[in-house]
Amino acid sequence: MKITFVLNGIKKEIDAAPDRRVVDILREDLGLTGTKEGCGAGECGACTILVGDEPRLSCLMLAAQLEGLNITTVEGLSKDGELHTLQQAFAGSGAVQCGFCTPGMLMTALAFLKKNPHPDRAAIREALSGNLCRCTGYQKIIDAVETAARTLSGKENS
Amino acid sequence: MRSVYLPGNWTELWEYLARNPRALLYAGGTDLLLKVRTGKVDPVALICLERIEEMKGVTESADAIRLGACTTLAVLLDHPLLQKHFPVLIKALRELGSPLIRRMGTIGGNICNASPAGDTLPPLYILGAEVELKTGSTLRTLPVSGFIRGPGLTQLQPGEIMSAVVLKKQPDYNISHFEKVGLRKALACSVVSMAAVLTLSPDGIIGKTRLAWGSIGPTIVTSPDVEDLLTGKKLTPEVLQAAAGIIRQELSPLDDLRAEADYRRDVAGNLLLRLADYR
Ligand SMILES: Cc1cc2nc3c(=O)[nH]c(=O)nc-3n(C[C@H](O)[C@H](O)[C@H](O)COP(=O)(O)OP(=O)(O)OC[C@H]3O[C@@H](n4cnc5c(N)ncnc54)[C@H](O)[C@@H]3O)c2cc1C
Ligand code: FES
Ligand code: FES
Repeated sequence: MKITFVLNGIKKEIDAAPDRRVVDILREDLGLTGTKEGCGAGECGACTILVGDEPRLSCLMLAAQLEGLNITTVEGLSKDGELHTLQQAFAGSGAVQCGFCTPGMLMTALAFLKKNPHPDRAAIREALSGNLCRCTGYQKIIDAVETAARTLSGKENS
Repeated sequence: MRSVYLPGNWTELWEYLARNPRALLYAGGTDLLLKVRTGKVDPVALICLERIEEMKGVTESADAIRLGACTTLAVLLDHPLLQKHFPVLIKALRELGSPLIRRMGTIGGNICNASPAGDTLPPLYILGAEVELKTGSTLRTLPVSGFIRGPGLTQLQPGEIMSAVVLKKQPDYNISHFEKVGLRKALACSVVSMAAVLTLSPDGIIGKTRLAWGSIGPTIVTSPDVEDLLTGKKLTPEVLQAAAGIIRQELSPLDDLRAEADYRRDVAGNLLLRLADYR
């Protein structure tokens, strides 16, 4: 089946089985291995991508659903070789240990900050509660999102 | 390889269903796609409902609110009309899955899945929700309590689609309560849950009340005896203790790996005691 969609700003036409999972299309067919598969069952959030501005679990989405959508994966975050503010904040805050949860965390946090530019820690915690991390204990991830929120709103005002 | 079809409206859906009567449908896919993946079901074709805009959204009439079956749980949780009229449903939605699951999962999917642990079900039972079922141009309406027949079992006929859930406004209730006991806060199936709505007078007398428990039987459990006992009484820990005794006696919980029967029965009663906080 021919499927046309936009991936990280670039129009793609792929030929794929309609019932193939989006996470497999991204990782295996398109070589974008930034998106991770943790549980394959909706429980860990490692496979989170953006559909438009909304986070979605790519392990619970089938190829046919991609038709006409605008998809962003973690590979689409950096621009001209420079990391996105949120990525810089994750690196700077020590929010990355093994890094397996990081792409999913970034995508969920990005969508959240778009809707809530000035969140408190409780709101960040709630927003990320579908993304599991086995390493960091979450504190530094919350720190990173707080820092990014401050930097991003600073940029807006300047 | 199976085909996956995404109809854009009702007409396309009926046409495709007529040609592929054995296709299975999904809305968010958070239940069904897992069953496909683990081989519990092996459909020849799948129909995804997510592009049928007519099946989404919340509309208000003079005495009721209608929720399109494919409205996501996240949209419902954020909806001012539901926050205003049905806080008990909002409280349950807040505990359901995770933000990511709520963004994909739908109210129709939660009901049609008919899990005893379905978190919207206890609120929908006590609010007297009705579901609209469509086949082509025919429409029938059932109370949600009659629609669900058992774990995973509903009254859906082949080719029948749930189009909406209808909730009558209930201005009398001034207290709405939902509590779910699970193994962790996000992403956990409940061990036991309880939803309650009641009318409490300024001097603490219980007027009308409805209560329902989830995960404790093959379907949602309600108890006319508990409701009768509470009606007309002052809301005190003693009255709630008596009610808890009744529900513990009536229950024969699911005995699965998540918790032993006795534990569930105890918790189901204890959840009632929490209502004392509303005094
Ligand atoms: C990690 C995880 C955590 C979860 N946590 C919870 C939780 O805490 N509480 C809870 O209650 N649930 C939970 N769920 C279950 C699930 O997310 C919900 O039941 C959700 O509401 C299902 O909606 P859906 O649209 O994704 O259903 P789907 O998977 O799309 O469909 C479910 C079933 O309903 C049928 N169906 C769907 N829509 C219609 C329609 N309009 N007409 C006729 N039939 C229809 C489908 O054919 C299928 O049989 C969880 C799931 C996952 C993966
Ligand atoms: S891999 Fe998709 S949620 Fe875990
Ligand atoms: S950094 Fe290892 S899982 Fe989060």
